[in-house]
Amino acid sequence: MGICHSYTPDGRCISLLKILLTNVCLYDCHYCINRRSSNIQRARFSPEEVVQLTLDFYKRNYIEGLFLSSGIVRSADYTMEQVVHVAKTLREIHHFKGYIHLKTIPEASDELISQAGKYADRISINIELPKKESLQTLAPEKNIARTRLAMNQIKDKSSEGKSDRRLSFATGQSTQMIVGADQSNDGHFLKRAGDLYGNFKLRRVYYSAFSPIPDASAILPLQSPPLVREHRLYQADWLMRFYGFQVDEITTPENPNLDLAIDPKLSWALRNRHLFPIDINRSSYEELLRVPGLGIRNAKRITQARRSSALRLCDLQLMRVNLKKSLAFIITADHQPARLEIDSEKIRALHAPPAQQLELDLTSQIQIPKIEVIGGEF
Amino acid sequence: MHTVHFPSHFKQWRTIARSLLSQGLPPDEVLWQDPQQTSLFAQQTDEAPCDREAKAVPKAFLKLAQTISCHRSNEQWSLLYSLLWRLCHGDKQLLSKPHDPQVRRAQQMAKQIGRDLHKMHAFVRFKKVGEAEQREQFVAWFEPEHLIVRLSAPFFKNRFASMDWSILTPDECVHWSGSELHYSEGVDQSLAEKHDHLDELWRTYYRSIFNPARLKVRAMQSEMPQKYWKNLPEADLIEELITKSKERTQEMLNNPLSPVKPAPKNTYLERLKELEK
Repeated sequence: MGICHSYTPDGRCISLLKILLTNVCLYDCHYCINRRSSNIQRARFSPEEVVQLTLDFYKRNYIEGLFLSSGIVRSADYTMEQVVHVAKTLREIHHFKGYIHLKTIPEASDELISQAGKYADRISINIELPKKESLQTLAPEKNIARTRLAMNQIKDKSSEGKSDRRLSFATGQSTQMIVGADQSNDGHFLKRAGDLYGNFKLRRVYYSAFSPIPDASAILPLQSPPLVREHRLYQADWLMRFYGFQVDEITTPENPNLDLAIDPKLSWALRNRHLFPIDINRSSYEELLRVPGLGIRNAKRITQARRSSALRLCDLQLMRVNLKKSLAFIITADHQPARLEIDSEKIRALHAPPAQQLELDLTSQIQIPKIEVIGGEF
Repeated sequence: MHTVHFPSHFKQWRTIARSLLSQGLPPDEVLWQDPQQTSLFAQQTDEAPCDREAKAVPKAFLKLAQTISCHRSNEQWSLLYSLLWRLCHGDKQLLSKPHDPQVRRAQQMAKQIGRDLHKMHAFVRFKKVGEAEQREQFVAWFEPEHLIVRLSAPFFKNRFASMDWSILTPDECVHWSGSELHYSEGVDQSLAEKHDHLDELWRTYYRSIFNPARLKVRAMQSEMPQKYWKNLPEADLIEELITKSKERTQEMLNNPLSPVKPAPKNTYLERLKELEK
């Protein structure tokens, strides 16, 4: 999907034309502006309109392709047919070579899911919330067991597609979870993500901070988690996918939520000081990946560079290693951290920003009042 | 000191470098200079290709050299010659030393080119100017930071093969009409089409996809620096979206909460309820 063709002032990339075929919806998901109880104005596109818009936008290099979703109208199958029709027209009539992402409905028929996968590069089903109970309260028409079942079907079709070219099928599936709408802690989110990556080979799990909507539900008054929570979840997700971390290393029963002030790798390293310092010139690639301030690229560069000579701090500096972060955890040819001198609290304090900076972006002047969630029913 | 003029592209540099190398001239005895400011004491080196066999260098070096040849600074020419000299004088593993200052500098330049290229692929905006023989015709105007028109062209050729297009820049222009890429001299922006009737729809989309409740202006600017804004049809909306975001968010928060409406009579919803049991 690659290229971001624009960015909006919320810092997000525009890569695809991301639209709903219609915002009419039978479901009543309380975090959603388009739930049936909402008083929002309703509208719909015809499939042909979406096809033309996608082609026109693509030719002007505004977008990489289409991300199509829809409110549920009449039934899962009826809705899915409309969505698939758009993708089919783009591919078969217009020979559209851009990217297509289709949102699918877990209850749609097997045949429709197969077709969606045939025309799309990626398909996704939103898991929405990590816990079954939250979903029952906040999105009564949705169900985690059925979603997992559908994800499993998609996984099978996708691997069949890989082994047999005639059964072409989307190369991957992804999902989204809403952060801050229910009482789930970060451990719940990461555990669910681990379940999805492990069992259904998902390509990506997206974490989306619950954000004010124009017409909020009495069941779920507006509340905004700090955006930095979303950011930390993405960092933790990254550690699971590319750095070999397990869920229960990142959050623990004592610390079920990520530290908002420092990144999850540093946080893990501070809980595991006994594993450090590690020698930059001797440690394995896997060990290097665990050093705070060392990314994948620099870990690779180090294993390459140390073949010619023992590395010193100035070498790491030239490679743009974040020495401020890694210094307390590494040994180099000319450096040995004074282990007892620097305690974990001091290191944490060195990297934690002052409390008011936690919102990540200082240009944001908006003060969103926090509304307490009533009762314990979430 | 031997003086050579800045070459204008990679192939020209290669010819000069081969000749310098075969004369055994070390990098610190060669001065690379702007042809407009030739020194009085300079001794111009013969740029004719030498007939000696070309030295074997790693493929990775050729790729790096081709890439950073597009750098606008002209600093790359002497840097590349130094790297070449060291590669040919015993330091064959040079490129696997990311901590070598010269390698580091070359990689930095390559990164700058890569970023510029990526931004060009992202921010070129085609304007429709006509249609002939069932092919739509488009023109775009872009101002790349480095001399990357030729480097960027294959991407546009692959993606927009079925339409006719030109990308105009101050340095060089590239044209496609279905069979081959053509290049011509750079032009003035006044020659480029500024309007397209789809731009208004695109602006509507941009306005709607923005979430006023999560302003992150710095994140946007680091990925879409202001220097690109003047050629993006959506960019003049940014200021208004930012100034009104606070008010719009407050409005959402002030709205009364909506009560739950009962489910309509629908056989599909009833089936879902059955499944739940």
